[in-house]
Amino acid sequence: MDTRRGALAVPKVRRVGFFTSIEPPPDSQRPNRSQSGPVEATTSSSPLSNSPSGNLISPVLIPPSRHRSDNLTSRAAAPVPVPGPSAFRRHLAHDRSLHVGSYNPADSLLGTSPPSSIGEFSEDSVSLFGFQRSDSAKLSSSFPNGGFDLTLAVRAPQESESRIANSSASQGIKKNVEVSGKSETVTTQSKKEKESKSLKEKTSKAERRAIQEAQRAAKAAAKGEGSRRAEDSGRANPGKAAKQPQLKKEKLPVTSSVSEKKAAVEKERKMDVPQTQMQYDDKNRVEKAKKRAVVEQTESKNKVELFLHLPQYERGNQLLNLSSNIFTLDTIHHAVYKVGLLHLAGDISGDNARCIAMLQAFQEAIQDYTTPPKKDLTMDLTAKINGYVSFLIECRPLSMSMGNAIRFLKNQIRKLPGNLSESEAKASLCSEIGRFIGEKIVLADKVIVQHAVTKIRDGEVLLTYGYSCVVEMILLYAHEIGKKFRVVIVDSRPNLEGQKLLRRLVTRGLDCTYTHINGISYIMREATRVFLGASSIFSNGTLYSRVGTACVAMVANAFSVPVIVCCEAYKFHERVLLDSICSNELGDPDAIANIPSFRTNAKHSKTMENKKNLQYLNLMYDSTPSEYISMIVTDYGMIPPTSIPVIVREYRREHLLL
Amino acid sequence: MPDVQSMVVEFVNKLRKRKIEGSQATAKYTVELLRSVISQHRVPHANQAAALIDAVKAVGEQLVAANPVELAVGNVVRRVLHIIREEDLSLTTAAMAGLDLLDASDDDDEDNCKGIGYPAMSAAVVAAARSTLRPPSLQTLLEGTPESATVPYTSSSGADSESKTADKSSITRKLKHDVIEGVNQLIHEIAGCHEQIAEQAIEHIHQNEVILTLGSSRTVLEFLCAAKEKKRSFRVFVAEGAPRYQGHLLAKELVARGLQTTVITDSAVFAMISRVNMVIIGAHAVMANGGVIGPVGVNMAALAAQKHAVPFVVLAGSHKLCPLYPHNPEVLLNELRSPSELLDFGEFSDCLDFGAGSGSPLLQVVNPTFDYVPPNLVSLFITDTGGHNPSYMYRLIADYYSADDLVM
Repeated sequence: MDTRRGALAVPKVRRVGFFTSIEPPPDSQRPNRSQSGPVEATTSSSPLSNSPSGNLISPVLIPPSRHRSDNLTSRAAAPVPVPGPSAFRRHLAHDRSLHVGSYNPADSLLGTSPPSSIGEFSEDSVSLFGFQRSDSAKLSSSFPNGGFDLTLAVRAPQESESRIANSSASQGIKKNVEVSGKSETVTTQSKKEKESKSLKEKTSKAERRAIQEAQRAAKAAAKGEGSRRAEDSGRANPGKAAKQPQLKKEKLPVTSSVSEKKAAVEKERKMDVPQTQMQYDDKNRVEKAKKRAVVEQTESKNKVELFLHLPQYERGNQLLNLSSNIFTLDTIHHAVYKVGLLHLAGDISGDNARCIAMLQAFQEAIQDYTTPPKKDLTMDLTAKINGYVSFLIECRPLSMSMGNAIRFLKNQIRKLPGNLSESEAKASLCSEIGRFIGEKIVLADKVIVQHAVTKIRDGEVLLTYGYSCVVEMILLYAHEIGKKFRVVIVDSRPNLEGQKLLRRLVTRGLDCTYTHINGISYIMREATRVFLGASSIFSNGTLYSRVGTACVAMVANAFSVPVIVCCEAYKFHERVLLDSICSNELGDPDAIANIPSFRTNAKHSKTMENKKNLQYLNLMYDSTPSEYISMIVTDYGMIPPTSIPVIVREYRREHLLL
Repeated sequence: MPDVQSMVVEFVNKLRKRKIEGSQATAKYTVELLRSVISQHRVPHANQAAALIDAVKAVGEQLVAANPVELAVGNVVRRVLHIIREEDLSLTTAAMAGLDLLDASDDDDEDNCKGIGYPAMSAAVVAAARSTLRPPSLQTLLEGTPESATVPYTSSSGADSESKTADKSSITRKLKHDVIEGVNQLIHEIAGCHEQIAEQAIEHIHQNEVILTLGSSRTVLEFLCAAKEKKRSFRVFVAEGAPRYQGHLLAKELVARGLQTTVITDSAVFAMISRVNMVIIGAHAVMANGGVIGPVGVNMAALAAQKHAVPFVVLAGSHKLCPLYPHNPEVLLNELRSPSELLDFGEFSDCLDFGAGSGSPLLQVVNPTFDYVPPNLVSLFITDTGGHNPSYMYRLIADYYSADDLVM
């Protein structure tokens, strides 16, 4: 007990010492490394990479805190814990069971690592205690591994909810599941004690240790295998792995073959880092872009100084020109062209709808695509897609989710095995796109609805802002299953999307209250919950959504009303954003200038022309700070906004997100 | 005086139908009406201050009842009552000084003179005078009202001696005259409050500032223009203030005066506030606790300003200072306007009918007019007497009103 306390008490100090000075021999490459602790731990066992369990290069999940005494006893009790058939089966069964277990067993199992490394491990894992705890808590929802069923029950409510999402994936050998679940939960001392007590009834201490070690070894093995596989696939498509710089860094020192790949990976990483958005106050780039442009947009003259970096075009005549030459233009596929025009005219709105329309257009374009002679399909198709994308951007700046979808598509193209024939490749791409739409958007919405409905109780007053199709689905479904509630729809100019939602809900028989955003402080007293849609959520937890969302969330926060954001996970983005100025979209200023009321219209149009001092600013989005958000409902479950980076990082690496 | 009565009725009707908008216009009408009420009121010889007060109160009650949300009416009525009381008191003390009422026992400043004549009533008068001139305190409230104290004086003096009655008639004429003078001053003050406030603009607006305002307020307009005239160049964001879109009107006025103006939607307030140096709002009314009733949407702007630590400045003429403490002001001091401003009935007629059939309204449209901003969100009040903290408002208000009139 005392040793345990000691380890817990001085994590930081030890960590520093550990990282800088005391190092076992195999760590000659250490100076290269990043600061991340768990990685160090894993790499120290790198010489064992030929064994299935030794190749522990996956960085993320640090084992639950182990302490020296534990390790020692376990070593004593089970010098050669059974990696056994069951573990092996497990590994096969859950190919993705991944980095779950502890790394200690690998050492004890093979008995080759220097004794000091054990101490290191325990310290290490302890020092990263907080990180690990929070991380694994959020991650747990991500594991398709059945082993988490138990852990979930023990953990915070958010995961127990997220379990719903996973339960379908849960499978595995019962006993393994039970024990491993326990071993993984050991994140805090108290928990650990509790569990060990419960375990004591069944097994002796030594046996228990042995089983745990076996589990861990199995998992480590599975993970090692998995990560090796990831590496292999990384050769074909290293871009994904490169998305996490830390991950790459960790990988590098592990084997010499990896370091050889370094340059290639570096290049790929550069390619894959999300491009910075086009800054429209950069004259050179704008000029260049204009030369390539299909759509002749005229920049509007009277722009707001703060937003010079965003494009703002005069609306009007381009649409006619464009629609007339739809058949004469051969650089852009007609399906893409159509979507572009719809965007330009504003006939498609809503992120999901825009994204689906774009993907379907790409699907069509890919089907009609033939590789020109002497050209590589991968290269040429990517170039083609790039052309389409820049055309779409000309029509209307892409939303974050569309950017994600495009990245997914490019990754798919890059990942195409070289030996596929053209038709096969096209078919596989189309089916991948179809899968993306089905899985990441349609199915995700259904899962979100299932989750969110559990948060609606009878007699509640739900407030929503604007029109979000997910929120609409939630409200309608909740009404369908007989929940009694009232809806407050808050709307704002100039789009008045809320009226669309209002009409749909009222015709379905829901009780609705409608008001403008200015009346939000008045109506918020009645509301018990706020449901919001999202355009994107950034990895610092900032919600990027239609303008006004931040106001609603802020007022809700001031009135202590919980704010629930419904967002599909494919909309998560690894960018960070602090304000609504740097990244935004400008709408048509005339939409603001034209007031629906009778009072000032005639006078107004006159002043509009000759007054240079008068500007109208039509922002499309704003960013809501994460502290206003109580919960985010995604297809992976219900998470706090702080978990966004975890989802983005982990899932993207697992190729689950995109 | 049928013409006064008809004027009152007309004004009440206008208030009821919300034909008069804006607290300044309302205040101006009210005070002019009260002036004619006072000037046409036939004052009795005895106890004329009380008679005037009664007359003003009677009219005031009608006006307040006509539009209880327009707090400026009540404020102005109370101001006029306060003027009557003060004039009455000053006359009283002057008369007392002339008559050398008091005996030597008191050494208060107003009792310096040696009393010869009427020791019986002097004590009451002194008490009354003292309590009226003192700033309001809990003790004053408990001691008894100055009004009740003045009554014995006038009644007793009316019944007293001949030299007294001669004095009385001069007092009678003088009181009415003084009151009307006072009311004229009040009118002047209300008309000039914009200039008074605008004079301070230069102290608060610096070069290159970005200012956000919401809705339309003449005070804000004058304030900004005053700074502009002093060669400060700054930019103004105007939230349009849906559903009345008064922000557009303000923007046009500002542009006409040469200010760089940007109109934004109300929903973009939070997005823009991080680039704003100061939020300047014209109030509808300022409550005694320092809370503000302003155009709808103001609370949102105030919260956003607080979040980004942007000063939230409220401009208010003295006629907007209300001596009442708000209770549930979001509802009780609010007004719901027609839903047609938000929803086109034609478009939603089918839905509306559907609701009527089932007995309970399926579709409600809420269109509040005002918003309440709690005092903790306000950084500064700028009134015609200078800048003040929200916590100081109660004291400022005490200068303008006498404690008896708080409940009308």
